[in-house]
Amino acid sequence: MNALRLLTALLSLPLLGVAQADDMRLPAGAPPAFQSECGACHLAFPPRLLVAEDWRRVMAGLDQHFGDNASLDEPTRRVIEAYLVGNAGKPNKLGPAGPASPGEAPRLTATAWFKRKHHEVSPAYWRHADVRGPANCAACHKQAAAGSYREREIVMPGGRRWQD
Amino acid sequence: MKALIPVMLGLFAVAAQAATPNEILAGYRAEAAKHNPRYQPSAELGAQFYTRLFSASAKMPSCSSCHGDDPSRSGSHVVTGKAIGPLAPGANAERFTDPAKVEKWFRRNCGEVLGRACSAAEKADLIAFLMRGR
Repeated sequence: MNALRLLTALLSLPLLGVAQADDMRLPAGAPPAFQSECGACHLAFPPRLLVAEDWRRVMAGLDQHFGDNASLDEPTRRVIEAYLVGNAGKPNKLGPAGPASPGEAPRLTATAWFKRKHHEVSPAYWRHADVRGPANCAACHKQAAAGSYREREIVMPGGRRWQD
Repeated sequence: MKALIPVMLGLFAVAAQAATPNEILAGYRAEAAKHNPRYQPSAELGAQFYTRLFSASAKMPSCSSCHGDDPSRSGSHVVTGKAIGPLAPGANAERFTDPAKVEKWFRRNCGEVLGRACSAAEKADLIAFLMRGR
């Protein structure tokens, strides 16, 4: 009986790993401002894509947010920061993004995890007019807005399915 | 009765959140008329304003940079590529129905694109244009 339980547990391990990487639905408790503020100009990114310290850096420099002034009133800023930090990615899995250059906010496309996941994507795709950079998740992950990143949902610019 | 007054004021404030594009336009028109009593909103000036190239931002020089040349169709954020729903209320019933949201985005986008605040007349002209269509 114990052996059977162990076997079941071992078999389900890789499945769990896949499910976790594909399923990026927003954790419960997102303040309405998270969608209406962050989600207005870009996808309301899953909090687990940056570690807590990097989210704090992002939220401390909103007046210079990748060239935009995205500053918020302090109560709104605080409630969004608490949600991001409370649901942040695990440092050992993700790695820090760190500032790319002095004064710049950490990019969630700069973590070791993100780079590993996308190492097969040619830079030409990132520069494509329909993509405009690696932070435009929904350009290829067609269900990104719903938090689903399954490989079979990926459509590259030009219409090719990733799996084909 | 006195105790009820703050409650009633509160209800009024909540109700005041919902507005029509016409009401929001009327608000900016009244504000502009304080500076120029003969002011009338001009859809024509609004159309010119919508595509005018300002010099504050190289990436987003005009409203149409992100909202698209035709505001009755979807646009795309020029930096992030995110789709932006139509700005014209005729094509997108959510637009210009929440005065606080309208003010927030004028504040943010005017600062970004023009490098200054927009005047009440510019806002009224723009809304007149967006309500008329191209």
